[in-house]
Amino acid sequence: MGAIQNKLEGPVSEELALVQAAKRGDDSAFEELVRRYDRNVFRIAQHITQNREDAEDVVQEAFLKAYGNLAQFQEQSKFYTWLVRIAVNEALMKLRRRKPERTVSLDEDIKTEDDSLPREIADWSPNPEQQYTQAELREILSKTIQGLPPGFRTVFVLRDVEGLSTEETAAALELSVPAVKSRLLRARLQLRERLGKYFQRRESGNGKNGDIASGDGNQ
Amino acid sequence: MKCAEFLHELTNYLDGVLDDTTKVELENHLSWCHNCYVVCDTTKKTIEIYRDSQLYELPDDLRGRLRSAIMVKCQQQKKRGPQGV
Repeated sequence: MGAIQNKLEGPVSEELALVQAAKRGDDSAFEELVRRYDRNVFRIAQHITQNREDAEDVVQEAFLKAYGNLAQFQEQSKFYTWLVRIAVNEALMKLRRRKPERTVSLDEDIKTEDDSLPREIADWSPNPEQQYTQAELREILSKTIQGLPPGFRTVFVLRDVEGLSTEETAAALELSVPAVKSRLLRARLQLRERLGKYFQRRESGNGKNGDIASGDGNQ
Repeated sequence: MKCAEFLHELTNYLDGVLDDTTKVELENHLSWCHNCYVVCDTTKKTIEIYRDSQLYELPDDLRGRLRSAIMVKCQQQKKRGPQGV
């Protein structure tokens, strides 16, 4: 079992050339940046807001803000990381407006150390996603990630769906690297546990279920 | 390595950033601890399923409309000057 491969690593110098051209007033260069990242921004926004219309608004507002503030963009960091930071802030603002009764921030949601520890250890079927149609699977994944606190799902989406590095995620969310790692672990474990409901092996009685949080590897 | 330590290192392991010694210890733990093996394997699958899911893809027609709207608003903002943000 090896490490997960990251899928996103675009040519950074090309991005920088586009940013510099856009700063000089070349709108077609900015439009190229929109083309390059609009899908990512939409995905991130919908993961955070869980609402299609809000996600559409966030895409527009994030790019418009980036356009208006391009002069302030420091070229030491990646444009995409900077754009993601703007988009995440816009998305969180949408969420706050929609759920004013709850405080929505990246700092809430740390409860106890134990809330993510595995309780359900049953194995999954091989290729569990193939038990469902594409539409059913999307529904399951969407419902499952919706149940996570916004701070967890934001970290998960940036790291595991969009493929940002831990450091880029920390920069985009203005969190420390250890905070990103801790949230990522909990997000992954919580999603794993919740998906288990749908993906577990149907046969019963292998006697392997247990709680690794309380034991030291007794088989 | 105990199960709690395995959990602590799980994210670093899946991200491929563990030092060699810890990686060997962790893989040794996985070779005999079925529960941790299952947690590791299903966590990895969780990540892969989300990554490959094409959840929330931006449809082409909406994408075109959004891009046009963005560029029109950028033009308007440019005409108004920098205070318009």
